[in-house]
Amino acid sequence: MTAGLWENWLLPGVWITIQLTLYSAVFAAVVAFGIGMARTSRLWIVRFLTGFYVEVFRGTSALVLMFWLFFVMPLAFQYQLVPMWAAVLALGLTYGAYGSEIVRGAIAAVAPAQREAAIALSFTPAQRMRRVILPQAIPEMIPPFNNLLIELLKATALVSAVSVADITFAAQLSRLATGDSLEIYAIILVLYFVLAFVLTRLMRLLERRAKAGIGQAPVKSGKGPLVTRKLSSRQETEQSSNIITAGGAQ
Amino acid sequence: MATETDHTNPAVDGSELIRFDQVTKRFGSNTVLDNLDFSVSSGKHVTLIGPSGSGKTTILRLLMTLLKPDEGTIKVDGDYLTHEDKGGKLVPAGEKHTREVRKKIGMVFQQFNLFPNMRVLRNITEAPVHVLGLSKDEAETRARELLDLVGLGDKCDAYPTQLSGGQQQRVAIARALAMRPQVMLLDEVTSALDPELVAGVLDVLRDIAHTTDITMLCVTHEMNFARDISDDVLMFDAGRVIESGPPEKIFTEPEHERTREFLSAVL
Amino acid sequence: MSWNWDVAKDFLPELGNGLLITLEATALGSVLAFALGLVWAMAFRSPTRFVRWPVAAVVEFIRNTPLLVQLFFFYYVLPTWDIKFSALTTGVIALGLHYSTYTAEVYRAGIDGVPKGQWEAATALSLSRGRTWTAVILPQAIRRVVPALGNYVIAMLKDSPMLALIGVVDMLQKARAEGASSFQYIEPYTMVGIAFILIAYPASLLMRALERRLGH
Repeated sequence: MTAGLWENWLLPGVWITIQLTLYSAVFAAVVAFGIGMARTSRLWIVRFLTGFYVEVFRGTSALVLMFWLFFVMPLAFQYQLVPMWAAVLALGLTYGAYGSEIVRGAIAAVAPAQREAAIALSFTPAQRMRRVILPQAIPEMIPPFNNLLIELLKATALVSAVSVADITFAAQLSRLATGDSLEIYAIILVLYFVLAFVLTRLMRLLERRAKAGIGQAPVKSGKGPLVTRKLSSRQETEQSSNIITAGGAQ
Repeated sequence: MATETDHTNPAVDGSELIRFDQVTKRFGSNTVLDNLDFSVSSGKHVTLIGPSGSGKTTILRLLMTLLKPDEGTIKVDGDYLTHEDKGGKLVPAGEKHTREVRKKIGMVFQQFNLFPNMRVLRNITEAPVHVLGLSKDEAETRARELLDLVGLGDKCDAYPTQLSGGQQQRVAIARALAMRPQVMLLDEVTSALDPELVAGVLDVLRDIAHTTDITMLCVTHEMNFARDISDDVLMFDAGRVIESGPPEKIFTEPEHERTREFLSAVL
Repeated sequence: MSWNWDVAKDFLPELGNGLLITLEATALGSVLAFALGLVWAMAFRSPTRFVRWPVAAVVEFIRNTPLLVQLFFFYYVLPTWDIKFSALTTGVIALGLHYSTYTAEVYRAGIDGVPKGQWEAATALSLSRGRTWTAVILPQAIRRVVPALGNYVIAMLKDSPMLALIGVVDMLQKARAEGASSFQYIEPYTMVGIAFILIAYPASLLMRALERRLGH
């Protein structure tokens, strides 16, 4: 292996992957909170439209959506996105739809009595959401968001298909140049694993801080998984809602 | 927002503060309140008693707008609660109108319902600051006074989960009082407490009943407490008031057969 | 927007052929994921840590790295070891292996959900370890995990277009080929996208109904 491989291809690729993950995660979080809260709206039309959005983007294949944004959008709407932003858009819209289910689930899991107490104190609906419901719901969202973030990180590899020079793209180039597939793919698999590990550690830190902020001790995961939590985000949302209803019936 | 900041107490002139007019509430095919009429005068302490399922708690939840009546109207201090008077016609009220009327009412819940994400002091100051528009300093000063009143002056910085049930309920009472309500609704406030913690909470409420002129509407199973603080006792059965009067009369010589049965079962 | 119905009509048979491959890859991948996942889940319960730990490490590694890179790994590296599969077979292996790390957790949750008393009762009856698994534990565990497994089948369906990137002629590859040969992009890609939604949405409704019926 030459030093040039790292300096010229892999390190810039890692940087692109980190940027992609970060931008897509921020975009997806905005979508998730927007859609997730809108799905609890009193207006049926808002619930219907946001529900439609979620079903469409959960039903979509992220890779197909990426190709669509990359090839069809410029032709259909005369608007060419920079590949990087087409990728962020595709990932953010898709994972935002998944994330909105987490947000909705966590909001629904806050004890109804908390809402009633907030009504009894004459908070406006917006104040109820901001001051009472969300501060309790957000710590419960972090573990499933962690899973989703790892899924998002893995999905960033798809962008290599639309010529964004991420880690996977760098590996392709390197393979073509050197012909050595084993080494390069082994290296980048480890790179992804390390990134996933770091992300998970960061999210754990966030979870601990968030839980401390509401007077709860952080939950120790006893089974000792090496990196991530075990269940799919959907199941974990349900699981955490069970925990809330069982434990926090204040 | 400044409407509630003048600190004069509501006039205790015996005027009608709460009025239910032909209120009906159904859950599915089950009629919980049946054409209910009743009123509470300003400054009075009224206790609702009756078998469970008789609609007592429903009255409190209607007043707190946690439920909407199917028929009839509710007035608080002369204003319609769930309706608005638009050019002589009654229309369902918007959120804003309802909130303005509801600000006169405070509620203490069976399960306390403190906000677990906020420390004790902030539980009490949050609504006065953000709903009534009090300054943070003023709200905190008031909150500390109220915590002293309920005997928890040293618990400002605790989280609710660090307190016993009785302490949580006393914080919840302080939180309701901090909104300077004209009416306090007490919904079986001791039912979720361990027996040895009940007395502390009732003492605080007795104190408030005897030293302030806040109107109180209580649902309780503590008959001694009801006898002690009530001006009036209303006996409920099957969605109707079947008997009412001063506690001495209801508890010693009830007229209605159902009242006698109920009292002999609980006393 | 310039939608051309003639192009759409011409592409429809191609889409149908691609769909068959997509479904084939998903179905075979699912079978592999179900079987391998069960192996991992039982290995997690192995009495010796020399089995538990390596399996846990491998499963953890596979789940936390991208399926696409694993796909390339198998497609480009295996032939250098003189292991030669068709693109479709390689794709099915990668898909099945990747998702087996998810189904393993589903099984684990299902197995943990079987009351401890069932293991004890099996021991009390002197059932063999194999018999305990096949006759007592798994029948109870698998029933409750069906909806969760179904959701991963849907996820595999949506990930299967990755196989186009190693040349499997699925729906996406058909659209790419159409674009390359006729420069028609709008209709093929849009139709492929809609096809996925049309399959995935009813399937997820089915799983939700199943979840409710099994009382989750």
